[in-house]
Amino acid sequence: MDIEILAFGIAKDIVKGSTFSVQIPAESTVGSLKSHLCATYPEFERLASFAIAVNEAYQLDDFAISEGDEVVIIPPVSGG
Amino acid sequence: MIDIQLKDVPLSTEECNQLVASAGAGGTVVFVGTVRDQTKGKKVVRLEFEAYKPMAISEMRKIAEAAKEKWSAHKIAIHHRVGILDIGAIAVIIAVATPHRKAAFEACEYAIDTLKETVPIWKKEIFEDGEVWVAAHP
Repeated sequence: MDIEILAFGIAKDIVKGSTFSVQIPAESTVGSLKSHLCATYPEFERLASFAIAVNEAYQLDDFAISEGDEVVIIPPVSGG
Repeated sequence: MIDIQLKDVPLSTEECNQLVASAGAGGTVVFVGTVRDQTKGKKVVRLEFEAYKPMAISEMRKIAEAAKEKWSAHKIAIHHRVGILDIGAIAVIIAVATPHRKAAFEACEYAIDTLKETVPIWKKEIFEDGEVWVAAHP
């Protein structure tokens, strides 16, 4: 399936854009997406952390991603 | 009462103070986070904040709800800036009104500490000779 991903902060610099799409297997999880992203963009592994939000909430590695979900890369936050 | 705002115009401490005014509150604590002129001795020119807006608002609301519950706060306002901020500009205001002062201090500290950990907002420090996304690398 094709998943549209939003990127913010340093993630935007790493993928060189604020949105991009990836093709991942139908039964992908947050964990497998993170592995895919690290393989494509090794710079992600050098970050202090990075999380994935699906439909506006943080999700752990075992969360299954479905077609049409809003998927967002959340690099280390630094508000305040 | 919980008031959460993510704004691209200057924040007002007076507005936040008034938003949490409450006859039942014996103490109000207002935290104001401002843009510092240096980081580890290096001169900062300005900051740029960006947010994943819908989730930033929902995460700030979660923090306010948790603080309200735990410290019996009457009212909480959390206002955060996005966009370009010059030195001295206000990046965040957290106002908490509780029946007694100790709870207001604790709830306010919890709110700013948690905001810095969970709310999807990012700041870029612009130096005279470059720029860096804060906290991105270990």
